[in-house]
Amino acid sequence: MGARVNTAAAGTANWVDERTSIGGFVKFFARKLFPDHWSFMLGEIALYSFVVLLLSGVFLTAFFVPSMTIVEYDGPLATMKGVEMSEAFASTLHMSFEVPGGLLMRQIHHWSALLFTAAIVTHMARVFFTGAFRKPRELNWLVGFTLMILSLAAGFSGYSLPDDVLSGNGLRIIEGVTRSVPIVGEYISYWIFGGEFPGEILIPRLFTMHVLLVPGLILVLVALHLFLVFLHKHTQYPGGGRKDTNVVGLPLFPVYTAKAGGFFFVVFGVIALVAAIFTINPVWNYGPYDPSPVSAGTQPDWYILFVDGALRLMPGWLFDVIPMEWEFWGYTLSLNILTPALILPGLFFGFLALYPWIEAWATGDRGEKHVLDRPRNAPVRTGIGVALISFYVILVMEGSNDIIANLFHLSLNDLTYFFRIGIFVIPVLAFWITRRLAIGLQRKDRELVLHGKETGRIVRHEHGEYQEVHEPLTDQERWVLVSYDDIAPLEIEPEYNDRGVRRKGYRWDRFKQRLSRLYFEKRISPVTPEELAEAQHAHH
Amino acid sequence: MSTTENPTSHESEHTTPESFEDPGLPYHRPRRADVDPKAEKKAERQVAALFGVSIVGTIVAVGAYMALDMTDEIDSIRFVNMMIGLGIFLAMIGIGFGAIHWAKTLMRDHEMVEERHELRSSEEARAGAIQNLKDGAEDSGIGVKRRPVLVGTGLSALLLAPLAVLWPQIGNMGADWNTSNFGHTMWRKGMRLTRDPDGTPIKASDVTIGSAFHVIPEGLNELEHHKIEEKAKAVVLLLRLDPRDLKIPEGREDWSFDGIVAYSKICTHVGCPVALYEQQTHHLLCPCHQSTFDVSDGAKVVFGPAKRPLPQLPIAIDDEGYIVAQSDFHEPIGPSYWTRLKDTSDGMHADDSEGSSH
Repeated sequence: MGARVNTAAAGTANWVDERTSIGGFVKFFARKLFPDHWSFMLGEIALYSFVVLLLSGVFLTAFFVPSMTIVEYDGPLATMKGVEMSEAFASTLHMSFEVPGGLLMRQIHHWSALLFTAAIVTHMARVFFTGAFRKPRELNWLVGFTLMILSLAAGFSGYSLPDDVLSGNGLRIIEGVTRSVPIVGEYISYWIFGGEFPGEILIPRLFTMHVLLVPGLILVLVALHLFLVFLHKHTQYPGGGRKDTNVVGLPLFPVYTAKAGGFFFVVFGVIALVAAIFTINPVWNYGPYDPSPVSAGTQPDWYILFVDGALRLMPGWLFDVIPMEWEFWGYTLSLNILTPALILPGLFFGFLALYPWIEAWATGDRGEKHVLDRPRNAPVRTGIGVALISFYVILVMEGSNDIIANLFHLSLNDLTYFFRIGIFVIPVLAFWITRRLAIGLQRKDRELVLHGKETGRIVRHEHGEYQEVHEPLTDQERWVLVSYDDIAPLEIEPEYNDRGVRRKGYRWDRFKQRLSRLYFEKRISPVTPEELAEAQHAHH
Repeated sequence: MSTTENPTSHESEHTTPESFEDPGLPYHRPRRADVDPKAEKKAERQVAALFGVSIVGTIVAVGAYMALDMTDEIDSIRFVNMMIGLGIFLAMIGIGFGAIHWAKTLMRDHEMVEERHELRSSEEARAGAIQNLKDGAEDSGIGVKRRPVLVGTGLSALLLAPLAVLWPQIGNMGADWNTSNFGHTMWRKGMRLTRDPDGTPIKASDVTIGSAFHVIPEGLNELEHHKIEEKAKAVVLLLRLDPRDLKIPEGREDWSFDGIVAYSKICTHVGCPVALYEQQTHHLLCPCHQSTFDVSDGAKVVFGPAKRPLPQLPIAIDDEGYIVAQSDFHEPIGPSYWTRLKDTSDGMHADDSEGSSH
């Protein structure tokens, strides 16, 4: 039988190859090597939860009616009997309570959306802290960044579709923010909502955005993202035999076909388990959208919390005397809305998107980097990363300040005052502490290389001295700790030449030098063999 | 990293290299299944068992769908969904763990090395690319100043052409673009304040000190069109305070009645309903972003991101003792916008126009 199967397979392969020259592709792909590390699976989780989103989403579109036409509820849910609601909300109730497995699919879809965004952000943090965005991967960082923004758009547009009270209030906040844009804000609002809020067209528009536009863009960019991963070949963590000029790993077929393919099923399985057990977004408890009611403790999905937190953080009056909304020449400029909702996220995301260029420019490092940095070996970058995270986390916490206040019996107002100061102070502290910690860890690495590992064995020498026995590192262990670039801060030409004439472009150079110093002045150089020999000599 | 050929330092007598040498790939230790046929068989059985778990899961999911009845009871609905979900969980996790276990125990785990190639194209390829572009430009006449008119008009046409599609499209998406609708609501002189949502009118005597009513305009529920849009602008909170606690802003002496005041329920920050009333402090709190307004003092902002007070609806009492509006709000309700002050008036225009603004 085996022979017959083989002949059939060969025949099929021949048939396909003669029409597509696929043989070349298979030769290129099948034994492509991928390095192994748990942190490389974060991006996979994002990809797989996106696939689960597509699968469950197709099921949902079979039942969801994207319409804002008002109907009277006539289904099994007693608490909603006779309530006026949009068809969108009614069809959401229908698929939840009258379609077996419908509620499950909704919950699978919602949980995978939360996982999708979370995995993207975590993956992005991994790429940031290990320096995987450096040449030649800057463009792929930008593709990934765009995917992150698109995931927020996908999440928010989907969250709004059931047309319940919570998501409706979320949309109203979006409308309020849109209006605050100078000059064109009112018209953008009319453009989005097809007239006044909420209008009768928004849900169909959001639906198209959610099922066609955004996922289409995500699909294209995912393809580009993966293409670039294959083109660049994957990065690898430092270790024996791993260089910027090679890739050490296991082949795509069969090892990663099984591992990564299997991991898709694990991700799907875990999402199904969570969705089977934990209720999420029970819109039947919130009720259909009505502009009048709202409940306390309203929270958007986690990935929108930072904007909500920023909106809560910003005072309408600075120190109770300086208004943050200005009226001049008969026009109104609402800085209390523009600053937290548009300017701040714009700066935050802009910095993030451009970071590969900022760092390359500040450090002057122009080579191809395929071996990843251990975060401690880039103390300033790691510090910046932790500062950004702390900034983000403060906004997320402020976005849940009512829940925190309730849980810990704190004053809501005090919490907000605390975060208003914290948003300026904590990221700076976080940067400083993280950089200190990273440098401390580098020192510890030097210590390890020079003096070996503590063994806990105490010996007494003939002359009575007690000493702990240190075990030298193996070549492999040592290599991980010493194989990183030791970059000195930029040296620039002096301000005046020997004739005392001031040099053009000095200020600019000086600025670059300052940045370079920020990155490299406080650096710990890796141990050299000479130092090790000296240290060993001293021991004996 | 030039670690393979270590240049030795010249001064040093001993040949200590400047940097450490890459020790190369670590020693590969074979797994038990690589050397012990028994362990290999055992791993194979484990993988097969995991695949078996998946098959069981599929049976559970399909079985739950077919065998379990879903009644109108929430519990039974939850149960059916949970059983299908657990079935899917097993069906997926069995395949996943099976495949991964297979890869980890039975497939190759000895790492291989592949060289990377610089991404930069070779010099010949680059030169060829440039030559091709030059040839193409030559063929078309672009860039050698032979066809400036064609390039100019062509580019202009390309830049303008999207307008032919976008202008009508965008033009149609904003309905009538009449953003002055932001400036007024359906409140009119003499319109009764009624309860949300049933629309029953409210007598002044119903409103006891300390109580709060969620209010919609009379006739809102009967609107044929734009009911939600009108409601989104017209909702009001009606409160009665002890008149001694009430500081009445200048010019609004006749806007309230014996401590009864009516304020727009839409937050002046980004438009959430300001629905939480704290009777003791006379504070209204917006649950979305916690702007706090002091109702006893013209609803001015005492905390949070809002800057302006909530607009007040001037009220009076009609012959039958019901609370009615004196006019529309005297300023746009809700969040600010660029031309907000242009829509702010003395409140007279609203009395002249009729019915809904559409």
